[in-house]
Amino acid sequence: MKFDLVITGVGGQGTVLASRIVARAAMDAGWQVRTSETIGMAQREGCVVSHVRVGENLAGALVPDGRADVLLGFELAEAVRALAKLKAGGKAIVNEDVIVPTSVSVGLSRYQVQDIREYLEKELPGVCFLRASEVAREAGNSKTANVVMLGALSTLPGLPFSPEGLLEAVLKTVPSQFREINRKAFEMGRRAMGVC
Amino acid sequence: MAVAEKMLLMGNEAIARGAVEAGVQVVTGYPGTPSSEVFGTLAHFAKEYGYYAEWSVNEKVALEVAAGAAYAGARALVTMKQVGLNVAADPLMTLAYIGVKGGLVLVVADDPGPHSSQNEQDTRKFAQFAKLPVLDPSTPQEAKDMTVAAFELSEQLGLPVILRPTTRTCHVCQDVTLGPLPLTRNECRFDKNPGWVILPGLAYKKHIWLNQKQKEISRLFSSMHFNRAEIKGKTGIITSGVSYNYVVEALEMQGWEASLLKIGTPYPLPEDLALEFLSQVERVLVVEEQEPVVEDQVIHLAWRHNLPVGVAGKHNGLVPREGELDVDKVTAILHKYFGFVGMEQAAAGNTVRRAPDLPLRTPVLCAGCPHRAVFYGFKEALKDYDPVFTGDIGCYTLGVIPPLNALDTCLCMGASVTIASGLSRVEQGRKHVAFLGDSTFFHTGVAGLINAVYNRADITLVILDNGTTAMTGHQPHPGIGRNATGDPARRIDIAGLVKGCGVDYIRQVDAYNLQEVMQAAREAVQYEGPSVVIARRECVALVKPGARYRVNTGACIECMLCVKNLGCPALSGEEKVVISEKCTGCGVCAQVCPADAIEEVSRHEV
Repeated sequence: MKFDLVITGVGGQGTVLASRIVARAAMDAGWQVRTSETIGMAQREGCVVSHVRVGENLAGALVPDGRADVLLGFELAEAVRALAKLKAGGKAIVNEDVIVPTSVSVGLSRYQVQDIREYLEKELPGVCFLRASEVAREAGNSKTANVVMLGALSTLPGLPFSPEGLLEAVLKTVPSQFREINRKAFEMGRRAMGVC
Repeated sequence: MAVAEKMLLMGNEAIARGAVEAGVQVVTGYPGTPSSEVFGTLAHFAKEYGYYAEWSVNEKVALEVAAGAAYAGARALVTMKQVGLNVAADPLMTLAYIGVKGGLVLVVADDPGPHSSQNEQDTRKFAQFAKLPVLDPSTPQEAKDMTVAAFELSEQLGLPVILRPTTRTCHVCQDVTLGPLPLTRNECRFDKNPGWVILPGLAYKKHIWLNQKQKEISRLFSSMHFNRAEIKGKTGIITSGVSYNYVVEALEMQGWEASLLKIGTPYPLPEDLALEFLSQVERVLVVEEQEPVVEDQVIHLAWRHNLPVGVAGKHNGLVPREGELDVDKVTAILHKYFGFVGMEQAAAGNTVRRAPDLPLRTPVLCAGCPHRAVFYGFKEALKDYDPVFTGDIGCYTLGVIPPLNALDTCLCMGASVTIASGLSRVEQGRKHVAFLGDSTFFHTGVAGLINAVYNRADITLVILDNGTTAMTGHQPHPGIGRNATGDPARRIDIAGLVKGCGVDYIRQVDAYNLQEVMQAAREAVQYEGPSVVIARRECVALVKPGARYRVNTGACIECMLCVKNLGCPALSGEEKVVISEKCTGCGVCAQVCPADAIEEVSRHEV
């Protein structure tokens, strides 16, 4: 068994926590795990990428190009930036809520939302778009968008853990006062996948 | 049989765990990515396991405190990043002569890439320079095991040992098998002895001793399980640190076979083991990140022993000397050197059409960051002066990013003050303004300030006091009044310290109050001689936002000045300004607005 997951997003979206949760669920299910995350300077609103590898006889923590089974894009443009990691036929779940960088606000670059969305649809037939940040707000806290994405992930086939196992890992990882809101976010993420 | 306990640990946490398993008694450090979590974790558990932990003001101080403890027989650990070792180089070079009684382990994290550093220097070179053994872990598990081994090795050899993890060990998480915690600790007592006093006569003798030690260490390493060889034919690969993982995976992915020598101790090279390996292969490729540390030693060894083996790697341009390696890069290198087949297929699975242009996304100062207001205020106030703004190491280095473009230099910790001083000597009539953070001020900024005062440099120093060491993860420092383990501590008042350094012009301002900042800026640069402005506001990541701001669209004149000049991630819009929920309520945009169209509201009313 080998399962490679790549999570991309923007610093502050909780990619690190999400990858730790996935790793914990896989570890609790009896697998070896490795994660590698972006920590430090890039965390301040920069591009961040987390790699999660699950299985037996693992070597490095970095997912090679074209090897990821699943790509979780926490932000639309960031999903495209990491697309080369996904294997042919791999599954992608993308948060279509955009985070416009200041470079766009100050006129140094452009964010072509429609082009990017269409590109993803063409490049990845079956890509699931989710308004994870909006769902998270409905769940009661926009910061739980990462857990909404994990809920969505839990609906995919072939994961090295059960949906219950992943939820369990969420609840074990988040601070106790936020457990209920995260449980709700996770479940809303699952439900959102039913309509994509 | 009992199942060994496993935990999901980051490499840095695993090193901390290793130190606790080894019975560490004193831990010191200065934060720096990717090393910071080693000490952070140790500080967190200091009380539970009963050892001493301090964030020191800089790496030199940290090493010296740890060395003192080790002189008395304690096991001590000191943490820093590669550039931090430069600061600690002075005590390190002599400590290698003096040696230690209790185990002294330096954890020096390297940052190939680099992801969060001003250079890519290879600490293994430093180890070689200092003639000290260095361990290079490839995974968090190995990092933990090596930490335990490093303490034993240090005591066995009577020398400090360097553990040098890189980013992809430090910030990688793994299911780590834990070892038992210690039941005993070293007993400590400093025995007076002329051997602790480095005078020239002793230095000469100790240098001979240290040189002789190198062979002993190399022999010891040849039988250490961190170094191991697997023979599978005449094609050989020697690899060290995280590169080992990439080589193993590349071979497996492509179905290739090669003899493999894994080096966990890059200096000194385990020569006996390497010789045995080299005698069984026809040609060998050395795969390591950064400098050719292992490669140079292998070439040297093969040459000395007249071995008919070709050695390839960085010297013939196959393996890059800059940046990180990964499986894809290593696969291509192996393919090129050995002519392995199968690459064509591997590349085929990965065809992606050209993507539309993506927005540029660089790290920026957070929404509500007090540094933004200070940079903006100084730029505005000094518009007519063509000033030079020298920068330093910390979050505020991001002040260089547009639209602020507020920094003209950045070199190393504490250098904003000294570079400005230097410039002021040769650019008379120009205003030189240095910016640094509170932690950096304590680190090495204060020495530069003393120098500026003593030699009467005409500069303005702006201390951006956000009450923490923000960039590396909010570690405390002497200006906070709380120590590494969370206990109250005597707060060192920055203004008082600045005064004590002999500065006559000191202004303290609220970083969010633009008028105050701008007035202080004008006054400070007019003052002849060193002047200091201390701009205070807590790091926005540490405070709960109270109010927030919104745009009164009726009053907004769509000048976009707030968006274009401040670069706050909470502000966006092409014609109409929108303030997002990222707003922390600093109110700086409202002060910038010429139409009074930005107004404060409560958090819930938007």
